[in-house]
Amino acid sequence: MSTATTHEEATENHEVEHHGLSDKQYIVIALILAALTAIEVSTYYVDFGPFFMPTLLILMVIKFVTVVSYFMHLKFDNKIFSYLFYAGLLLAIAVYCGFLATFKFFLKQG
Amino acid sequence: MTIIERPSTEVAIAGAVPVGVKPSEALGVFKRPAASSSWRDWVVTVDHKKLGIMYGVAAFVFFLIGGVEALLIRLQLIAPDGKVLNADQYNQMFTMHATTMVFLFVMPMAAAFANYFVPLQIGARDVAFPRINAFGFWCFLFGGLFLNSSWFLGGGADGGWFMYAPNSSTLFSPSHGVDFWTLGLQITGIASLTGAINLIVTILNMRAPGMKMMRMPIFTWMVLVTQFLLLFAIPVITVALFLLTFQRSFDATFFDVASGADPLLWQHLFWIFGHPEVYILILPSFGIISEVIPVFSKKPLFGYPVVAMSGAAIGFVGWGVWAHHMFASGLGPVSVTVFSMSTMAIAVPTGVKIVNWIMTMWGGKLTFAVPMLFAIGLVTQFTIGGLSGVTHAVAPSDTQQTDTYYIVAHFHYVLFGGAVFGLFAGFYYWWPKMFGRQLSESIGKWNFWLMVIGMNMTFGPMHILGLQGQPRRMFVWTEARAGEGLFNFGFWNRISSIGSFILSIGILLFIINIFYTHKMKKGALTSNDPWDARTLEWMTDSPPKEHNFDVIPQINHLDEFFHRKYEQDSATHSVTQVHSADEVMAELNAHPDEHIHMPSRSYWPILLALSLPVIGYGLIYNRMLMAVGVAMVLLTMFGWAMEPATSPDEDFDPPESGDTHAKELVPHG
Amino acid sequence: MAESAIAHDHGVSHGAHASSTGLSNNKMGMWMFLGSECLLFGGLISTYMLYRGRVSSGPQPNNIFDIPFTSVSSFILLMSSLTMVLAVSSAQRKDDRNINLWLTITALLGATFVGGQVYEFTAFYREGLGFTTSLFGSSFYALTGFHGVHVSVGIIMLIALVGMNRNNRIPGDKAEVVELIGLYWHFVDIIWIIIFTLVYLIPS
Repeated sequence: MSTATTHEEATENHEVEHHGLSDKQYIVIALILAALTAIEVSTYYVDFGPFFMPTLLILMVIKFVTVVSYFMHLKFDNKIFSYLFYAGLLLAIAVYCGFLATFKFFLKQG
Repeated sequence: MTIIERPSTEVAIAGAVPVGVKPSEALGVFKRPAASSSWRDWVVTVDHKKLGIMYGVAAFVFFLIGGVEALLIRLQLIAPDGKVLNADQYNQMFTMHATTMVFLFVMPMAAAFANYFVPLQIGARDVAFPRINAFGFWCFLFGGLFLNSSWFLGGGADGGWFMYAPNSSTLFSPSHGVDFWTLGLQITGIASLTGAINLIVTILNMRAPGMKMMRMPIFTWMVLVTQFLLLFAIPVITVALFLLTFQRSFDATFFDVASGADPLLWQHLFWIFGHPEVYILILPSFGIISEVIPVFSKKPLFGYPVVAMSGAAIGFVGWGVWAHHMFASGLGPVSVTVFSMSTMAIAVPTGVKIVNWIMTMWGGKLTFAVPMLFAIGLVTQFTIGGLSGVTHAVAPSDTQQTDTYYIVAHFHYVLFGGAVFGLFAGFYYWWPKMFGRQLSESIGKWNFWLMVIGMNMTFGPMHILGLQGQPRRMFVWTEARAGEGLFNFGFWNRISSIGSFILSIGILLFIINIFYTHKMKKGALTSNDPWDARTLEWMTDSPPKEHNFDVIPQINHLDEFFHRKYEQDSATHSVTQVHSADEVMAELNAHPDEHIHMPSRSYWPILLALSLPVIGYGLIYNRMLMAVGVAMVLLTMFGWAMEPATSPDEDFDPPESGDTHAKELVPHG
Repeated sequence: MAESAIAHDHGVSHGAHASSTGLSNNKMGMWMFLGSECLLFGGLISTYMLYRGRVSSGPQPNNIFDIPFTSVSSFILLMSSLTMVLAVSSAQRKDDRNINLWLTITALLGATFVGGQVYEFTAFYREGLGFTTSLFGSSFYALTGFHGVHVSVGIIMLIALVGMNRNNRIPGDKAEVVELIGLYWHFVDIIWIIIFTLVYLIPS
């Protein structure tokens, strides 16, 4: 007799224990992300001076990592998933920054 | 003996509604296809072994097509003022020759071996996503056919296999050839990407119990690194191909210099893909000979962990060298220096492998069977190609070499002398396992030597030709251009062209060997393990049963099969055989698994793959057709999504009395 | 009775203890796919960054972007990530009604985002920025267009999922299917986080 179906239930119960922030926690994170977005948008209206670029780039990275770690659950999952995803991400950043560097992109202003 | 539940040999007729259809069959649009022994089985199969064979056959046909294209080039250059091809035809010929060889021969042939043997080597029964595997094959086939249909529809692509923009824009390449090229490669790219995901998950997740990563066969390791390279490199060329398609079909400005575009954009995107691509081409062959050399040296691979890790290192460092293809493009001294140094660095892990192969043979009991000959051929010829590669790494000398035949010599030594020789080693090594017959050794030796002589005669002189100043992609040479003295352009071009015909005869002998062996029923196996091999794929029937293993073996060692046959005395270190191969298999299969449900056949992979060239032809000729293609994609994807990967239990007959095994239902009235 | 656990992994997505790593095949495949998509969007973003100021004719980025409008769009897409994660949460609790509710809301928010993009693009076009107008135009529309297509594919998948769920036709592990579609959806959102900053907020 096949056990194809009986495996599923065991796994689902197994996984529910590990997964999950509560819905309330997800909402809190979403509100934080919204607040960060508001700060980002405010750079359009308010002069941040020399803090303009760093603020935007840092906020971008924080939002990115927050969604990946919490909404996509990467922080709580097996490290292999993190390796697989971040390998691609870091490779992309390295290679494309190298690409832009050959065009002296980071030397020119802006 | 294990009994596999499978549908009977009657074929289900798609669309016909039989009486008393079972509930699961009502789910999809078509009934699940049942098994058959006719060609239909190959169309709907998801079996990795059948797919491997199909990849291999298709790739070999493309090899012959690419070879004919090469012979036409050599025929054009055998004499001054060649009249075989005009300039336009010549451009198409070298473009299509290279594109076919790289994308439609070497890559799919490596995929053939990977598909067939990786599951066997890790003790699995199939890959992680069998339908996606089938889909990948059909994408490759249809993409390759689509690309080659350009010959009949206005001419092949003519911008070189690297298709530099803006030369490849409609202004300079007005025929549809380049469009067939870009779209065809997008389709085959889908095959590579899905195949990569499939094989990585298979290797990470489906190893037999006890098979840690450092107990995996080395071929599987090299395939794993290759798949990671594909996973990350294919999207880059995807971007480049889209930009070129948008430029050609929709007048985008990406490569329009008048709008301020930079031609280097294409070059960077292409070579960011292109350099990892060459490692994609060579690593599987490195893996094959890393299996072959130990078997025919009767010694384990020297420094297995180093060989595995250097493969990973090559894969990693390979991302940092791409602009060495662009030294003469005006990058500037800083960029050139950086990439020159990184290119020199990558010679190190490659050299390490050469040392390991040689040290494996050193002190071993060598048998020069044909697979071993090809393996040794790879080691020597790849080294020659690698040495010329090192000279390219030195940017000042590359400035003289670039765009000359010296470069052509380099990459043919590494690609033909390297990758292709490795594939041929694989053919001869694994043929008995796949087809139950051993190819003739004597014809094989002629095959090998003619290929060696032919190859070196063809590509050896090209080093000289390059240094004498013959540029690449030059469609004709004249006596005036050929230079003075006996050993001028003319002389070496003639030698090279004659060599190419000797090479072709060598390849012809391979085909003859196949026909001789099978038609004359030669080379029948007396054992499932004709070479006294070391790895798991040999612990199966020849060819393996559909489910590969009656029992999934427990793994306790690297080279598990070897360790089941041989024991080493700890005091004297002498190795003695304690079991024959047949005994090992008999013991393994003493208590076969029952109720093995193999992943079920499906129509959806081929149907979805078929919709892609429809989109391609639509983009070129008729936008309505494109919409039809997109609709086909959506519909087939829905059909696929609703079909379970393996037929559910209701599709299987209950066991008859006394028989504990169920049989899969034939869905008909 | 020896069972061939490995054969069951194929497509019947219950990977946890049947695989060598203990991880699900499908989830691993999805994360790898997303890793490769980083290279895809990275290429498009880099092309844009290379060409961002190059306007041979037509409007400049600073003249044409409507930051307030795009900010609202971005906020909507961000909120759709929240509703998606609530759908996944419902799936793990096997709460079918809420699965469908949150998936539908996610799809609606996504559709609103896409609608906003379409409105934005038509406005830009009317103001003189076409796909073929300039390098800025070509690379802007290529990047945001690819993103928009990814969102649209996501919306189709969400709607299909709701339909299949209501007819009980989701094969395999339902919670995992929802989770994997969620991963795709969040990825599309994080790409937008990057695009919004690099393309819109940082002037050339």
